[in-house]
Amino acid sequence: VLALVPELCLLVLAIVIIFYDRALKPAERRRLGVITGWGVLVVLLVTFGLWLFLNEPSNQPVLLWGGMIRHDLITLVFRVMFLVAALITALISTDTEELQYGEFYALILMSTIGFNLMAASGDLIMLYLSLETASIPLYLLAGYAKNTERSSEAGMKYFIYGAFASAVMLYGLSFIYGLTNQTNLIGVAQTITAQPDAPVLLASVLVIVGFGFKISAVPFHFWTPDVYEGAPAAVTGLVSTASKAAGFAVFLRVLTAGVFGTVEAAQEWWAMLVAMAIVTMTLGNLLAIWQTNIKRMLAYSSIAQAGYTLIGLVTLSVDGTGASMFYLLYYVFSNIAAFAVIILLSNLVKSDEISDMKGLSRRSPWLGLAMMFALLSLGGIPPTAGFFGKFFIFKAAVDVGLWWLALIGILNAFIALYYYLNVIKVMYLYRSDEDEVMIPVSRAAKVGLAIGMFGIFYLGVLAGPAFEWTRNAAEAFFVG
Amino acid sequence: MDFPFLTVIALSPIAAAILILLLPKERGENARMLALAAMLIGLLLSAYVYISFQSNLPSPDARWADTLAFVEEVAWIPSVGINYILGVDGLSATLVLLTSIVGLGGVLISWSIEDRPREFFAFFMLLVAGVQGVFVAVDGFLLFFFYELAVLPMYVMIVIWGWEKTREYASMKLTLYLLIGSFISFIAFLVLYFQLPDYSTAAAPTFDLRVWSEANFPLDLQRIWFMPLFLGFAVLAGVWPLHNWSPDGHVAAPTAVSMIHAGVLMKLGAYASLRMGIQILPEGTVYWMPFIIFLTLINVIYGSLIAMRQRDMKYLIGYSSVSHMGLVSMGFAAMNLNGFLGAGIQMVSHGIMTALFFSVVGMIYDRAHTRSMDELSGMMKALPWAMVAFVIGGLVSMGMPGLSGFVAEFPIFLGVWEGGSLNLVNTFAGLNPADFYPILAILSALGIIITAGYIMRAIGSVFFGDYDEHHWHDMRPLLAIDKATLVMFVVVLIVIGIFPSVIAPIVESGITPVVNRLQEAQLAYTADTTVLDTVHMAATNLIHWLGGA
Repeated sequence: VLALVPELCLLVLAIVIIFYDRALKPAERRRLGVITGWGVLVVLLVTFGLWLFLNEPSNQPVLLWGGMIRHDLITLVFRVMFLVAALITALISTDTEELQYGEFYALILMSTIGFNLMAASGDLIMLYLSLETASIPLYLLAGYAKNTERSSEAGMKYFIYGAFASAVMLYGLSFIYGLTNQTNLIGVAQTITAQPDAPVLLASVLVIVGFGFKISAVPFHFWTPDVYEGAPAAVTGLVSTASKAAGFAVFLRVLTAGVFGTVEAAQEWWAMLVAMAIVTMTLGNLLAIWQTNIKRMLAYSSIAQAGYTLIGLVTLSVDGTGASMFYLLYYVFSNIAAFAVIILLSNLVKSDEISDMKGLSRRSPWLGLAMMFALLSLGGIPPTAGFFGKFFIFKAAVDVGLWWLALIGILNAFIALYYYLNVIKVMYLYRSDEDEVMIPVSRAAKVGLAIGMFGIFYLGVLAGPAFEWTRNAAEAFFVG
Repeated sequence: MDFPFLTVIALSPIAAAILILLLPKERGENARMLALAAMLIGLLLSAYVYISFQSNLPSPDARWADTLAFVEEVAWIPSVGINYILGVDGLSATLVLLTSIVGLGGVLISWSIEDRPREFFAFFMLLVAGVQGVFVAVDGFLLFFFYELAVLPMYVMIVIWGWEKTREYASMKLTLYLLIGSFISFIAFLVLYFQLPDYSTAAAPTFDLRVWSEANFPLDLQRIWFMPLFLGFAVLAGVWPLHNWSPDGHVAAPTAVSMIHAGVLMKLGAYASLRMGIQILPEGTVYWMPFIIFLTLINVIYGSLIAMRQRDMKYLIGYSSVSHMGLVSMGFAAMNLNGFLGAGIQMVSHGIMTALFFSVVGMIYDRAHTRSMDELSGMMKALPWAMVAFVIGGLVSMGMPGLSGFVAEFPIFLGVWEGGSLNLVNTFAGLNPADFYPILAILSALGIIITAGYIMRAIGSVFFGDYDEHHWHDMRPLLAIDKATLVMFVVVLIVIGIFPSVIAPIVESGITPVVNRLQEAQLAYTADTTVLDTVHMAATNLIHWLGGA
């Protein structure tokens, strides 16, 4: 079977990169990122090729390796997100000197493999293993800038929180295993409804803690601003998009399979998730307003974005989950594009304050435009992708009768506009003392940004086909 | 497939914007050529659309869907009923032509802009594209899409190229007002979308306004959601008390943007509130308009009184815009053919007139570096062309017969007067249009006298009086391109004034379906609900809704 070809390719690529690193002179180190970028691009094409020409994955979900892997269109959609995230991350990190090491790129690739397996896992054991495979490289990456204290702090903080959350989750998973004597998601779902409510609810809550950490939902979000601020911006880009999307992938799988029991049987955790969505959106947006550091602002904004995505999740409908996947897809493009601009700027000014973006539109009109569109997309203004992302989510919510949840979401989207517009104002209105200093943009970074912009506009203008795609994929969630 | 006229009109500015951004930096001055080319293409095509529409007017009793011409239809996101549908009726064909003229004027007036011309023209093109898109959209979703597209460049353009003193404040104020407004409308619109009579039964939901324009929403739904839907858009049309963003925005914006802003963008609000509010919810319209007409009266009188008080020419014109846009909304509130006809022509007349005013003020400011009426004096000697143009604009503004202002304002007053025959006792406040519409018509006509006052005063103090040769020694004369722009505007104003038949029939054909729908709603109007009933209805509706969750 060809199911795991992309992951195997990534593994080979990671090994090649590590060895290639040894063969390079210090001056040639930036080639590593470019090679990684090319490699990931090839893997992306292979993934699409497998799907288009060999019908792999097919519309019919297939269980592989004793039920460990569930290979379906959902896997494909998420794979595309992760590979795009890894591709852009690799391209935009090439010019940051402290990151030009083979192991840095190898770690990115390893964690991408982890993400892919997370999205494909059909079994509790696989879920946990892949989650760790994805997380451990990220802890290292967050602390990668060894000579900055904040980066080390970020790595440590991320690790401690992460380890704690995953331990809690593992505890919850062991409950589930104890209750059902099974680890396969579908199998668990079939037997768990017959179990008494209280232990199931306890197990659900414990597992949701783990997922909540991954997607940085309130109240498990405390690590987010510090890690986002401290970690190298390229890593933050990856953590905020791919890692979050992977968290949602497993969350969606577990929830829709019915591992926590059906909604009818267990209103409690459903109500909890709805509350989590509301609090996550609102708190994320309200706190983002006060930030002066662009990375911290985007951290809170990414918390809020997780809240919107949760709305799609709690609808538990094909439309809603499909909308969530579309939302994550758009979010990957937009957020990484924003981080790409931040990296390019901070390579030069060595700081991430919003006030450092003064006069950006004069110093580099293209970067200013790219940042503007990325932020508008995050804010949900047409013709960028974010508009449709939010629209599909809110529509799905109204369709299942959750109009008040959609209304809260819309109000939040409006609050969010304030702080996104504020950054645009700083970029365009004010002048800096260094108006004449151009910002160097390498070709790799240009390509990375162009991919991001392409995604933002493609999903913004031709949202129809992309939404059909994610929606079709989402049907696999509900096929037994 | 026929040549996609409307797509080219709406999207060619976007193409031009992209090309402009791709120009290398050192050839930035070529941006204006590209912009000019795009505007000329737009003008030619929209003139063709206008003329061919006029030569083949739809019959007065046709359904709105049948009056549309140049319809283009492409599936966009069919699963939720969003499609790319363009088309024009009589009113939008006229407004498209208006936008093309004002857009061309805007490019010409900013010909010699020096600060980052590439970005300026690129954003300007986006603005024009957004405006044109709203006028030609026949899909409600597409309409919102373009609407947002039009608001955004305003913000950037005011922030970058605006007047240093107020641009930050004004641009944020403008953006927040307009975004909140469109957001409220959008919520109302989505509510209606989900309540569309056949939303749950039909195979696919739809945003197609041709379907919406014939949908009969339940009475309570119409009465509850009309206000948010209408007023959200009316913010952009400058309805009192939501007009506050507009004079500040006018003043802070660079000349070309002020022209588009006052000349076309405010019409966008009026047009959208007509297309989305009045046409979709006729019974809601009939219920609320007797209240709204008071707001529009305040617009007319209060706007011109405030204008009287201004010493800054741009603020003067800004407030006069508020006052004149009040007449447009007042025409809507008359709810009869004359009122709507006048409102439609007033949109065009005021659009050109304000663009003319702002371009004259821009020319003076570029040369004298002041807009204060206390400092300017005797400008007639230095800028005779500007004086002539401004005086003609002023006469239009006062509604002088023989100019377009008269053609526009007379039917509005007539329509409001005729409103005296509307016997719709509104139980909410006991209002009956029959009792007070004629009085309002007289009162609002008084606004014209005040208008004459402030316009005369402005002309007198700016253009006449002593000319201080010494103080204005570096005054440059107008460029040929400036004169051409002014001539273009003046010709339009005079032609409409002398030959109303070039515009009246086509506008009439556009508004007749709306008026027909309103007449039906008036006939069906029942006054047997009391205040309590309405509140009760609203409450039951809400409870019903909550229960649906």
